[in-house]
Amino acid sequence: MCLGIPGKVIELFESNGMKMARIDFGGVVKEACMEYLPEIKLGDYTIIHVGFGLSILDEQEAMETLDLLKQIDALGGEEGFAA
Amino acid sequence: MPEKINLLGWTCPVPLQNYPTIVMGHGAGGKMMSDLIEHLFAPAFDNPLLAQMGDATALDLPPGKAAFTTDSFVVSPLFFPGGDIGELAVNGTVNDLAMRGAKPLYLSAGFILEEGLAMDDLGRLVTSMAAAARAAGVQVATGDTKVVQKGHGDGLYINTSGIGVIPAGIEIGPEQARPGDVVLVSGTLGDHGIAIMSVREGLRFETEIRSDTAPLNGLVEAMINAAGGRRPPLPNSLHCLRDATRGGLSAVLNELAGVSKVGIEFDEKAVPLRPEVNAACEMLGLDPFYIANEGKLVAIVDKGAAEAVLEAMRKHVYGKDAALIGKVVEAHPGLVTARTTIGGMRVVDLPAGELLPRIC
Amino acid sequence: MKYIEEYRDADLTRKLLDDLRRAITRPWTLMEVCGGQTHSIIKTGLDQMLPEQIALIHGPGCPVCVTPLELIDKAIALASRPDVIFTSYGDMLRVPGSGRDLFAVKAAGGDVRIVYSPLDALEIAKANPQKIVVFFAIGFETTAPANAMAVVQAQAQKIPNFAVLVSHVTVPAAITALMESPDVRVDGFLAAGHVCTVMGTWEYEPLAEKYNIPIVVTGFEPVDILHGILDCVRALEASEHPVSNAYARAVTRDGNRPAQAVIQRVFEMTDRAWRGIGVIPMSGYKLRPEFAAFDAELRFPEVQAIETKESPLCISGLVLQGIKKPVECPAFGKQCTPQTPLGATMVSSEGACAAYYRYGRLGK
Repeated sequence: MCLGIPGKVIELFESNGMKMARIDFGGVVKEACMEYLPEIKLGDYTIIHVGFGLSILDEQEAMETLDLLKQIDALGGEEGFAA
Repeated sequence: MPEKINLLGWTCPVPLQNYPTIVMGHGAGGKMMSDLIEHLFAPAFDNPLLAQMGDATALDLPPGKAAFTTDSFVVSPLFFPGGDIGELAVNGTVNDLAMRGAKPLYLSAGFILEEGLAMDDLGRLVTSMAAAARAAGVQVATGDTKVVQKGHGDGLYINTSGIGVIPAGIEIGPEQARPGDVVLVSGTLGDHGIAIMSVREGLRFETEIRSDTAPLNGLVEAMINAAGGRRPPLPNSLHCLRDATRGGLSAVLNELAGVSKVGIEFDEKAVPLRPEVNAACEMLGLDPFYIANEGKLVAIVDKGAAEAVLEAMRKHVYGKDAALIGKVVEAHPGLVTARTTIGGMRVVDLPAGELLPRIC
Repeated sequence: MKYIEEYRDADLTRKLLDDLRRAITRPWTLMEVCGGQTHSIIKTGLDQMLPEQIALIHGPGCPVCVTPLELIDKAIALASRPDVIFTSYGDMLRVPGSGRDLFAVKAAGGDVRIVYSPLDALEIAKANPQKIVVFFAIGFETTAPANAMAVVQAQAQKIPNFAVLVSHVTVPAAITALMESPDVRVDGFLAAGHVCTVMGTWEYEPLAEKYNIPIVVTGFEPVDILHGILDCVRALEASEHPVSNAYARAVTRDGNRPAQAVIQRVFEMTDRAWRGIGVIPMSGYKLRPEFAAFDAELRFPEVQAIETKESPLCISGLVLQGIKKPVECPAFGKQCTPQTPLGATMVSSEGACAAYYRYGRLGK
């Protein structure tokens, strides 16, 4: 389950009393509900599942992980088990 | 003159102004129907064949093997980004003829109108059809109109049949693919299906994607010339042609692999895709290789002719983004496989029925 | 697309496969819980690129596969009513019930509509006050916040003609049931990344402890999945059983608190039947009594009497638990094919049976 796609918040607005956003998925724009992400800001990337934002992507975390994975013998030993 | 209906380029639509929508009488064979033909259909298509106004139209056919095809168009909504059902109805049938190497000549047009269809909409669609016919170089030589009760149709259904002629020396068919051949596509895939989805109820999204509906007969002619098909005794290097409509690339390749009893392998990365189509597919959980196109073809050509054919395609307005995406092999006859983005391999099946967005 | 392309990089994938080959010294059986992960693995061909010592079992992580037959039959009964507009995510339309599927109901004149979001179903209800809109609220914890919000909004915006047919299932109970089953032999789990964006990772800590298994929260792209497998294998090789997070860009230990709060408000835990597996205690959600007005089963009590006939031939439950392989099913490829599926694992394109069917034709 759980087709969740990352998209960028390009507009925030309200509809029917709910916090909403227009999300840009690399050229396709669709509205999504931001009620579960009260701290969301313009320019943030979020994972959208069935029209709802569930998580704000942590760019720092993403970059660090990718860097780590790219290193030779990545995550050998204890560093691999960051919870 | 009382309230004028804004119907582009028509001659005297006066009698129709009393009927802003289609009613059952328009299909009853009486005055209302003949008014509709005289003031809407005939002026739009405007050609001497149609002007015969006979129960059947007498035609002259140039020498060669005749090609004959039919297709029905039931798309909803009737108007979508980049086109409408009228354009589809012309281009779809023109393309079916072109995929056999035939020069398309004449179309028939059968309209099933739903009671309540706005006259304005019908006018726009017929005008659009006429323009598409002119662009493709074909004439609508005969037609028919029926009206069904409200609730029994999606506004409008169109059937078009087409007649063309296949010049001597052309042998293009789904059984012709041979191991060693290469697979070409004429441009970006998935545009039409995504354009339709973007205006579909329950799924609407904003996108610049427009339907790619286009007549491909000119492109095919350029390809045949480049492949040496018209110059015997040079062997015909253009083996198969298919327009990738319902079921997309996957349906076409699976059919060709099945009929020719060969295997087909393609490279996912080599298939041209607009970034927005890719994004829409990601968002809805769709596979771009299963999505319908209305102005793209798949060609299987002899390896030696590939470069020349590709060059000819890229010079043509409907083949600018043409690409070589795969090859025909002896292994796994009837099956299509793809090299995935990470260098793995997957079997690309026939899509099972209607393409549905998923959450899973 | 940002946050997608980087995780599909062919070079990084190859590199991680090398790391995996170096790390592994003996056979390990891993289970990925989420259907979306299975889909990604099969779509990219990743399963065939893994070292031989890794056996990957595709777990019961797909609502299509685990929604009980009975609920499909109830959905079909509701969709057949002339006073109902039945709305659903696309996945469920092709799943066969005892007799037919929702597509067939649509063909027979039922008003069945696909929606992208439960809020769309709400809009349909507002636009059609003379009908009752029933929404098929399926899914794991990932989808629960969205489904819950539809109910909250129906109440807040006073939309009386809206009801939900609930079939939610939860992951931790499934893992428990699998580990308690004597036939199941799984060494480690790749937990569902998007479930964890909502629920966090803390629920898995007692499970990892109790069953001595590593549980690695994993994403969906090839690089993410390899990252998860690598973490899991390294833990197994070191005889450790942590809960680790290989999807840290999207998942935190606490999860999404506002979403959890709304789930709690609308739903309560309940026993749920998992298709082919049976009833797993406290493994799903049902609507709390204060939202009874929106419960389709209470609104239309006649569906409660629906009787179910599972195909006697279908062993999808055993396949979902990794106990049997699809090829071991007598109906596989004969009565049961993707065009004529007997069970959910053949209907779903990432169901194990459908996947085997596809690759089996290659002679693998």
